[in-house]
Amino acid sequence: MSVTIELPHVGESVVEGTIGKWLKKPGDKVKRYEPLVEIITDKVTMEVPSPVEGSLVKLLAEEGETLPMGAPIAEVATADSPEGAEPETASVEIETAESAPAAAPESPGTAGYLLRDVTPVGPTGGAAVELAEPTGAPAKPPARRAPAAAPAPVATTPAAAVAQPPSGQTRLSPAVRRLAQEHSIDVSRIPGTGLGGRITRDDVLKFIESGAAQAPAVSSPAATAPTRQLAGDTTANGDETHVPVSPIRRIIADAMVRSVTEIPHAWTTVEVDVTGLVALRASIRTEYEQNQGGSLTYLPFVIKAVVEALREFPTMNATWGGDKITLKNRINLGLAVAAPDGLIVPVLHNADQFSIAGLAAGAINLAERARTKKLTLDDVQGGTFTLNNTGALGSYVSGPIINYPQAGILTTETIQKRAVVIDDAIAIRSMMNLCLSFDHRINDGAEASGFISAVKNKLQKMAPGTSIY
Amino acid sequence: MAVKSLIEAIREAITEEMVRDSKVFVMGEDVGIRGGVFLATQGLSEQFGADRIIDAPLAEASIMGIALGAAFRGMRPIPEVQFSDFVWPSVNQLIGEAARTCYGTNGALPVPMVIRMPYGGGIRGGLFHSQNVETHFFHTPGLKVIAPGTPYDAKGLLKSAIRDNNPVVFLEHKKTYRLVRGEVPDEEYTLPIGKADIKRVGSNVTVVSYGLTLHYCLEAAEDLAAQGVDVEVVDLRTLTPLDTETILDSVKKTGKLAIVHEDNITGGVGAEVAAVAVEQAFEYLDAPVMRICGPDVPTMPFAQTLEDAYMPSPEKIADGLRKLAAY
Repeated sequence: MSVTIELPHVGESVVEGTIGKWLKKPGDKVKRYEPLVEIITDKVTMEVPSPVEGSLVKLLAEEGETLPMGAPIAEVATADSPEGAEPETASVEIETAESAPAAAPESPGTAGYLLRDVTPVGPTGGAAVELAEPTGAPAKPPARRAPAAAPAPVATTPAAAVAQPPSGQTRLSPAVRRLAQEHSIDVSRIPGTGLGGRITRDDVLKFIESGAAQAPAVSSPAATAPTRQLAGDTTANGDETHVPVSPIRRIIADAMVRSVTEIPHAWTTVEVDVTGLVALRASIRTEYEQNQGGSLTYLPFVIKAVVEALREFPTMNATWGGDKITLKNRINLGLAVAAPDGLIVPVLHNADQFSIAGLAAGAINLAERARTKKLTLDDVQGGTFTLNNTGALGSYVSGPIINYPQAGILTTETIQKRAVVIDDAIAIRSMMNLCLSFDHRINDGAEASGFISAVKNKLQKMAPGTSIY
Repeated sequence: MAVKSLIEAIREAITEEMVRDSKVFVMGEDVGIRGGVFLATQGLSEQFGADRIIDAPLAEASIMGIALGAAFRGMRPIPEVQFSDFVWPSVNQLIGEAARTCYGTNGALPVPMVIRMPYGGGIRGGLFHSQNVETHFFHTPGLKVIAPGTPYDAKGLLKSAIRDNNPVVFLEHKKTYRLVRGEVPDEEYTLPIGKADIKRVGSNVTVVSYGLTLHYCLEAAEDLAAQGVDVEVVDLRTLTPLDTETILDSVKKTGKLAIVHEDNITGGVGAEVAAVAVEQAFEYLDAPVMRICGPDVPTMPFAQTLEDAYMPSPEKIADGLRKLAAY
């Protein structure tokens, strides 16, 4: 019997997914629960296991294609039934957390289609926490796909390519839709120059004029080595090279635009004397790393200070609701991590309930799973405030973009020794800047300064002898 | 060609048509000995006599009713409403009767009359001397509505209106009377009613307007040209019948449409133009349709600051068009 595999429903507000990579090809045997395909959603990237044992007959969706949840993606012939029988639909159960069963509704109801994601994974200032792997390392080529092997989507299914924008978040004007249809153009290949990167009618006309519409996309992976390329192809045209936007890049872009468009950002910074903290970490680091495993960074100390300050300033742990401000009773701290595909913000849930040691372990665990793409949906949902260690990249001050719809985002900057005046004497102290972007609809400068000063004071109180347990 | 003001062009059109056709006569408040409050009929009383340039009492319902009756009897009256703000007592004669009679009598009683009305603000005229009334007549089938913006268009269209067998509301923006000057041919000419005119050819954005704001649009377009935005300015000239063909051709060309008028935004001419574009050129639109219009307040404010806030200006229009171009 042949079973149709559907794109599984993975969460209430997730309405569509993009085929990242097929882990099996037609003809391959596949065991039940064996990873079949990698799916990218606007929350998280996950491997979807096969719900049945059998052999993969046919792929119904191409890599890079974005589909609504519930759409058929493959057919698998099961051993216990003869080939050629009527396909039967199989729902795939996805575990959203290792211990928890699927949180997604089993019913293939389409309610999810009507909901827009209200808490997207808001990438933040475009930087990594200290835990993340150094971004200076040479970017890996896209391991999941050999660009030459797969046919360009436009060449194989022009109609489908036109009908399917690269991500559901791309809005095309009627004029753009009509032109794309008339010329059978995959609009994902057109660079947008309009408001927020919108593809304008003139962009399409220029694209047609350039001749790029007729020619199949030129693939030049060697020339450009796009590190985040997933689907589509790179086109080179005279003076410019066009790199298609990957789904993750698109999601990050949309989230950024949404945040800066809707939230009136205000910004402030303070200097923090972390000499005591530096000494504290130095005094316990060796012992901690021997006993606990994993490295002890400054991050958990900062998290501790931030969550305690959030408790004191509940309007910083809140969202704007037009006619109301919603204070979040839980403190779920998002940590910006540079993952291989782009920025992701895993969340330390109930971060106020951990000791510094507990926070260290939790942060290491999240960053590790972000890098190895093992994050579950729960890991990236429900953040109430975001912390970004831009100092890891050498930054001295930064102006982060708020992780929509949160009330603020805090960055920790490079710690460096500076000459500081104390009691009219010049001292050499370890100094660090904290930078805060906040939603000025929710808080004024007074609250924001109170909050950032509270973080500062807590960090300045940390010194050898402060318990981390 | 001589350069003339808009009011001179109006006066010429009336004079020429009165010379050409003895059925044409003018009636209104102060039109005779005074020559009209804006001097549109200056000198006509001496030329044509008090029988054809008739000073009327301050009674708009009577002016409109007498003109209507005369039109029924084959005359070609040009009633003048001194300020369009004063038209309301005569609306029954105009909308209730004039607009409907030809249709109601199956063509037996055509109503060949032209109702001239100075309209519009931006002149510190306050509540009762600045109103925009066009939407009420624009909404009424059976009336033709003309709102020229240049002396050339005003003369050519007024002559056509006087020769037309339908009631024509002829709107003259007060601020354009002497502000706007332009070339007017010495020889006889008329212009077709119902044809819009492209006053400036452009490729990036279409802006549709008429009357005074047409000139503001042209000014804004020049401003934007310096910034690399090429604006096409469509002058409706005639509001009814609306020249949808010219509008649609332009929208299809540029993909972006803005409508500018001084009248209140809601349910105005701009709303209709927007609807036409969305209905008939949807697949060509590359941006939401934009309206830059007077706000929905009951009438033109008197205070300078408030009048400025009400009125579309070249700056406000340039601002809007710039956003539309960047969309």
